[in-house]
Amino acid sequence: MQNQPDSRGHFGQFGGKYVAETLMPALFELEKAYKEARRDPAFKRELAERSREYVGRPTPLYLCQNLTTRLNGAKIYLKREDLCHTGAHKVNNTLGQALLAVRMNKSRITAETGAGQHGVATATMAALFQRQCEVFMGAVDVERQSLNVFRMKLLGAKVTSVDSGSKSLKDAMNEAIRDWIATVRDTYYLIGSAAGPHPYPMIVRDFQSVIGSEARRQVLKKEGRLPDVIVACVNGGSNAIGIFYPFLKDAGVRLVGVEAAGLGISGPMHAATMTLGDVGVLHGSKSYLLQDELGQIRETHSIAAGLDYPGVGPEHAYLKDSGRADYHAVTDAAALDALKLLSETEGIIPALESSHALAHAFKLAPTLGKEQIMIVNLSGRGDKDMQSVASALGVELKA
Amino acid sequence: MKSANRIAQKFAELGARNEAALIPFIVAGDPDLDSTRRLVLELEARGADLIELGVPFSDPMADGPANQRALARGLGAGASLAAILSMVSELRRETQIPIVLFGYYNPVFHYGVERLTADAAKAGIDALLVIDLPPEEADELKQPARANGLDLILLLAPTTPIERARKIARAASGFIYYVSVAGVTGARSSLPTDLRDHIAALRSVTDIPLGVGFGISTAEQAGEVASFADAVVVGSAISLLIEKHGKTPGLAGAVGDLVAAMKTAMRAARNRGPQQSERSDG
Repeated sequence: MQNQPDSRGHFGQFGGKYVAETLMPALFELEKAYKEARRDPAFKRELAERSREYVGRPTPLYLCQNLTTRLNGAKIYLKREDLCHTGAHKVNNTLGQALLAVRMNKSRITAETGAGQHGVATATMAALFQRQCEVFMGAVDVERQSLNVFRMKLLGAKVTSVDSGSKSLKDAMNEAIRDWIATVRDTYYLIGSAAGPHPYPMIVRDFQSVIGSEARRQVLKKEGRLPDVIVACVNGGSNAIGIFYPFLKDAGVRLVGVEAAGLGISGPMHAATMTLGDVGVLHGSKSYLLQDELGQIRETHSIAAGLDYPGVGPEHAYLKDSGRADYHAVTDAAALDALKLLSETEGIIPALESSHALAHAFKLAPTLGKEQIMIVNLSGRGDKDMQSVASALGVELKA
Repeated sequence: MKSANRIAQKFAELGARNEAALIPFIVAGDPDLDSTRRLVLELEARGADLIELGVPFSDPMADGPANQRALARGLGAGASLAAILSMVSELRRETQIPIVLFGYYNPVFHYGVERLTADAAKAGIDALLVIDLPPEEADELKQPARANGLDLILLLAPTTPIERARKIARAASGFIYYVSVAGVTGARSSLPTDLRDHIAALRSVTDIPLGVGFGISTAEQAGEVASFADAVVVGSAISLLIEKHGKTPGLAGAVGDLVAAMKTAMRAARNRGPQQSERSDG
């Protein structure tokens, strides 16, 4: 199972390279550069050193004692990706890919972003490595994540607001791809999700796998055994694949992905791709998609800007079909409750995205025995969401 | 007539007359499917040799703003693949102009590749061009397309290395669509200066007709490209005219005038001969 994808970038029936011919040579170039980098000890050394000194790795595996007592079930650990520099797991991947961009001599780095975390992490790397940076962001997300927009600008990036379609992550990705088609010779397109055409899903997974590798080492040290359940939020699915991947061969470890049910999956206002989508092709790969009966992509809703995408990374589609991982959907309201509960019991304010994983974990924990161990990937911190959370709770924040 | 033959025969006829093919691209359903049907007939009457019929898609990643809006209008007008094919069936009672269905893969995949190729052939479509389906992923569509006598038009880009172009050309049928610029669809004020050299280089790897598209919006540009390519595709310029005229009676005339001017310039460029057209580039 760990030998996925195949040489053409397919995870079973999923994945592949569904892009315009203009981009094909760039994907081959990237694949070649990545393979060489992965074999280069100097690259690995620099990645490890910067992960430690700049990102702040390893992140803690933290035991939530108050919460465990309160829920009276499985022991709950958090993998604290919220403590990474820039406030989320996204930086693991942007660091690795920025090093690739430097290696490939690309003068400009672009990215799409939903919640803005990937945009901030990309702008951060562009500043660190002194590259031009442009981030594409849906107009709706620019509005609801204004703090991250400001951060990107402070970091020297140009933020381009995208007005087409649903004006969120999917449309930002369309625009980033259009830009790349026109600038492919000198631009490195830094995809932040475990989605897009091959080799991106593989590259993003590999750079994010540091989460699972550390967690595996840490839990073995603390508990002397592997966990029973790992829970992570999923949309494109980069934090989830990052923590799942090093456990794929551990058949006793249950892997659970949690996506956004928005206002509920009985209506149209959700982003529950794995629960309700069917197979299709978007943004360069074949995977599950939310689409209508004519194959047109549907608009989505989630309170979490980072979960508001109608697709999912192809490796998750493969893990779902193979039965190795199972996927569930959590509503906006349940995610908000989880955010409040973690804040009150542990003094940790999670991102709205991560709160979806927490909500499902909190439901699951009491059904498990006290000897069971659960790890939740706390993919990001909640500071960026305070405006959205306040407005959902009916509180008005003064500017 | 067996469908794939319409394209080959058209290029043979044009070759015999020393003419390049003019291929207008219009989005099916822009502004509505009945207008599209009438536009195809008008385009043919005014000098079009083949037609590219755009299939609306919600997320057109390779298109610039003009075609994005055109595709959105087509989507809004309900131009589903089924509705488009039924319109083409009607058209086939009136014209034998070769028609290429041009779009993104997801609607095709969702319709089902077996079913779509069968239905398209039955409706009178001659070829499919799927912009986000490179040869590496095309097997699942290529077999049923071939079985139903449809050409699968392949693309080459300025970024395509010559060895890859050779490989792609070997699998191509109908004609090859050369994307003139590294960029999305849309009018450009000038074409790349090395376009002629690119086409000349491709001549050394294939005998299949070479069409050029993306960025061509004026009669002058069409004439220039016709002096060295076998076909000229014009898209966004027509989408803008459709946007401007909508369902008004002036629509057909406006689009027809542009196409007629392009065809005239293309014929003139060929009649001037290679030396003069070299000079006119300057």
